[in-house]
This record gives sequence, C-alpha cells and structure tokens, in this order.
Amino acid sequence: MIINKNEIAGILTKLAEEYRVIAPVKKDGLVQYAAIKNGEEACLDYANTKKPGKEILFPQSEELFNYTVSAEGVRMQDNVDKEATIVFGMRPCDVKSLVLLDNVFKNDQYTDVYYLTRRANTLIVGLGCNEPASTCFCTSMACGPFAKEGSDIFLTDLGETYFIEGISDKGKELLAKLGLSAASEEQKAAAAKLQTETKADGSINIEGLAEKLGGMFEHPFWDSLHEKCLGCAACTYLCPTCHCFDIADEAKDCEGCRVRNWDACMFPLFTLHGSGHNPRPGGKARWRQRLMHKFNYFVERYNATACVGCGRCIKNCPVNLDIRQALAEVRALD
Amino acid sequence: MRNPYLPLPMKLVKNFTETSDKLIHTFTLEFLSQEDAENFKYAPGQFAEVMVYGKGEAPFGIASSPTEKGILKFSVAKVGVVSTALHMLEEGTIVGVRGPLGNSYPLEQLKGKSLTIIGGGFAFTTLRSTIQYILDPANRGDYGDLTVIYGARNPGLLLYKDELAAWDARPDINLITTIDREVEGWTGRVGFIPTVTKEVAPKSDYAIICGPPVMIKFTLPVLVECGFTPDRIIMSLENRMKCGIGMCGRCNVGSKYVCKDGPVFTKEQLDKLPNEY
Repeated sequence: MIINKNEIAGILTKLAEEYRVIAPVKKDGLVQYAAIKNGEEACLDYANTKKPGKEILFPQSEELFNYTVSAEGVRMQDNVDKEATIVFGMRPCDVKSLVLLDNVFKNDQYTDVYYLTRRANTLIVGLGCNEPASTCFCTSMACGPFAKEGSDIFLTDLGETYFIEGISDKGKELLAKLGLSAASEEQKAAAAKLQTETKADGSINIEGLAEKLGGMFEHPFWDSLHEKCLGCAACTYLCPTCHCFDIADEAKDCEGCRVRNWDACMFPLFTLHGSGHNPRPGGKARWRQRLMHKFNYFVERYNATACVGCGRCIKNCPVNLDIRQALAEVRALD
Repeated sequence: MRNPYLPLPMKLVKNFTETSDKLIHTFTLEFLSQEDAENFKYAPGQFAEVMVYGKGEAPFGIASSPTEKGILKFSVAKVGVVSTALHMLEEGTIVGVRGPLGNSYPLEQLKGKSLTIIGGGFAFTTLRSTIQYILDPANRGDYGDLTVIYGARNPGLLLYKDELAAWDARPDINLITTIDREVEGWTGRVGFIPTVTKEVAPKSDYAIICGPPVMIKFTLPVLVECGFTPDRIIMSLENRMKCGIGMCGRCNVGSKYVCKDGPVFTKEQLDKLPNEY
C-alpha cells in the first residue's frame, strides 16, 4: 500500500479520536515520544528519539498502586493502564527492544501486568531508517534499519510517499479500515531496494561472543575498561533494552502509593546489601555487569543479545565510551 | 492475570524482642482471611516481601514452617527504613506481604536422607523453618538423623531460645549450640562455627548451611573434609532484591536471579557462577 506524506497528519488526527496516539514530536529541542491529538505534531523526520521507545510501555516513573489505611483496614487501587494505543513511527531498533523486553516481563512464574497490559493494547507502526546515524550499529545486532520484527505495520520512506506493509494481523486489520491505495510495481521495487541495501555499521560480529565472554569473568580485560566511566548511568537510562527498576513507596499520613522508577547497574547503591556488603563495589564490576548482562547473561537466559545497536549509549556518553570498541577489544583477545 | 506486585494484608499479632541487644525482633503475622491462608503455600527456604504501609517493603526469609498453620513468622534485624518501622509497630497493625518468593530447600529430594544443618547468627531464620518442618510429627519419619550446629557471638544473640531448649530435650535431633567466646553460665560449646564443625565432624548425606559470608567461606572447606561433595552442600544466598520475581534486574549472579532461581543453590551450582555475591 502507499500513502502520500501530506495525508499522514489527517489520518493521525482521525485515529486520535479513537485511540491514544503516541508519536515522536519535537519538544524542548529534542525529539521525544508524546501523546498527540493533532497529527501535525508528529515529527517523522528524525534519526532517533532521545529517550528509547521502552518508555511508552515501561515508563521512567510509574505508580503501580495506591492505598489508604484506616481503622477499617487497607483499601488498595492498582493502576493498570488499559487504553488502546497506537505508536506511530518507531524506529526498528526500538521496536526490536520491545520484543526483547517481553522476555523479561513475562517469565515462567510471573507476569508484569503493567507492561503486558499496555503491550497487548498497543499497536506499533515501525518506520525504517533511510540514513542510519554514525553511531548506529543495528546491522551488527540481529536487527537492521528495516527490520520488521515486532512492528504491526511498517513504513518505508520513499520521499514523497510512504510504502506501507501490514505485518501482524492486528496491523492488517487497521490498514483495511483506512482504505489506502495499492502501491505500484515501481514503488514496491523502490521499497525493496531501499530495504535490502540500507545498512548501519555491521562491523561487530557477535557470533561466538557470548561463549567467549562466558570464560572471561576474571580476565584482566575488565581492569581498565571502566577507568574513564563517571558512573552517570546515561548509557543504561537511554538503552532501549535496559530494564532495571527500583520500587519505592511515597506516602503522607494514611495515604500512599507505590512507584517504580528506572534504576541502573552503573550506580554503586544498586547492589549494596543492608549489611554494608556490596557484591559490585567498584566501576570494574559494574561495567563488567553491564557488558556481560547484554552479551552473555541475557543470551544464556533468553537466547538473544540485549542490545539492538541504537547507539544512544555512544552518542550520549559524557566521556565518549563506545560499546562497539569494547566489543571489538573482546573479539581481539586471544 | 494475577498482579504479583500487590501485597496481601496481614495482621501483626506479635512483635517479640528476640535478642539481648534488641536488634532482632520476631514478628508473627496472621492471615486476615482463611482463603489467603490456604492460598499462601510455601516451603522452608522461601522468602517474602513485608510491607509497612507508608514506608515500603523489604525481603525477609520466612522463619515459620508451613506446618504452623495460619501464620507467618519473620525475624528481622533493625537495619533500614522498613525494618526500623517494622520494629516500632504495635501488635494489631495491618501490614502487607508479597510472596512466597524464590525457591526452597529441596525437602522432597532430601526424604530418607540424614541431614546436617549449620547456621550462624541471624541467618538462622529459614533454618528454623526447615527444622520445625522436619521435626513435625507428620514429617519426622521421612528424614534420617538430624544434626544442627548453630552459633552466635554470645548467648543473648541466639534466636528462638525456647525452641532451642525444646529441641535439645528431644532424642531425634542432635543440637549443638556454640558461642564465640567464654561467658559465665554458658554450658554449651565455645568456638567459631568452622572449628566446631571440624570437632563434630558430621557424617550425613546432605549439609545445609546458612550464615554470614565469612562463616560460609571457612566452613565450606571443613564440610568438604568431612566428605560432603559440592552437590550435597546446600546454601542460601542473600543478595539485594526489590521485585522478588526476576524482573528488576538487581540480584543477579551471572545469568541467575537470586530472587527467582534462588535463594537456595547447591555449592555445585554456585561453583559454576561468577563469584559476585
């Protein structure tokens, strides 16, 4: 199917009457996800959002439930968000990260109702990348500028038009309702060419990397890797696959709520025990944890690398630490 | 879809000062409904998140045994915000409980086996659960000889003093209590756990050990000397946890989450994991 770019805003405005529509918008000098009412607000001409798409399903700060304590007992209200949502224009790396996060929020024993309810009620329109940034390395990470995994509908930018593909049943149903025109053979060919030929940095070979890291826990490699790191955790907050969180209660008098907030393994207090013992007392142990979690522990647990190559950790590191370089060094070790 | 983040309301029926330094209290909680009591199926070694409304929640090993119906017990040291708030609660207060969480001691697998249980200090809580479970008339016949070695810095810091006396009087448990240094009036053993374990030289099919890291470190070689192979030494880890359900990513040791895959591991399993606990 095909659609002229100048028709998008109208469709989004119409969809916003029925759904919560979330799209990248330019706000405070940054491109970030926000709920929109007017399709004109959507900004689809962007390399990637500052904060990752995970924030839509797993917000940086979220109230899980609230409670009131009285003589009669405790009244509790949980806040599961069930609103039907369309996310429009998410890059393939962020879409893929949601596929990875699904593993975390549903395990063999427990389901995270907050994440999974949003996930079930959200339709994702992915948007391919014609010009990956210099920090992008999705092609190395079982992803890619036109990877469709996780998208319900997928858009390919052909200049004046978007080539549109329905991927999941949910996506195809929505497209059927929109009554779009069919793409011409030339348009199909142009989209196929773009999708096949566009690549990001593919120089990191992850084949065998997990196994190699598995034998490297005590390797001297970790001694110096972290030395520049300030421990600011920007890399983990802006990572679309990092999912660590903290749980805290906020209360006044007899009313309170429980919130969860993003947290990060790069902070010293993250693993500090009540006894004062800290299993990861320094930067070395914390950097090792970050790299091992993504490229060894996650692989062992879920059979996938917890990195989609979005490059945010590289672009936003205040001391220019580059995870690609760390991985290249691991590969180069005997 | 059950929401694993919602705590179950329970009533604090007893807030008991356990140790002479007053730092450890044992809390007895009662289920508010019969249905909750029946649904909360746990096994010795598991833990739960205990919530003080308005302050937050913290994970504690369950000290009671499933054979003690309708209640849960937790022995808690006063170290942080939640535990301090818990210590100050009046009997009758409603608290929240999330659980049971984590795996447990493999009591099914241990049926028919003789056991040595070794505990140090405050870590004795889940071992109390195990011992009470085994000593219950309904279960005692399922297990062989039971030796318990339990040490604290001084007699006042031993937990569950009445129960220790009751166990000591029984013929079907060999209880050895020890303290670090001589104290007037103490008639039990004196010496650190590794030394006492060496003297006792227990011969059992399995050893269960729980205590401070330094105690574990020096006792493990003694257990190996006594002939316990790594698959027959069962330990319990205590990492910092929040969610308790394998999602918040805090308590991992290698690819394992202590909250969900543990806290109970054999030495054989731990030997394959990074030494980061």
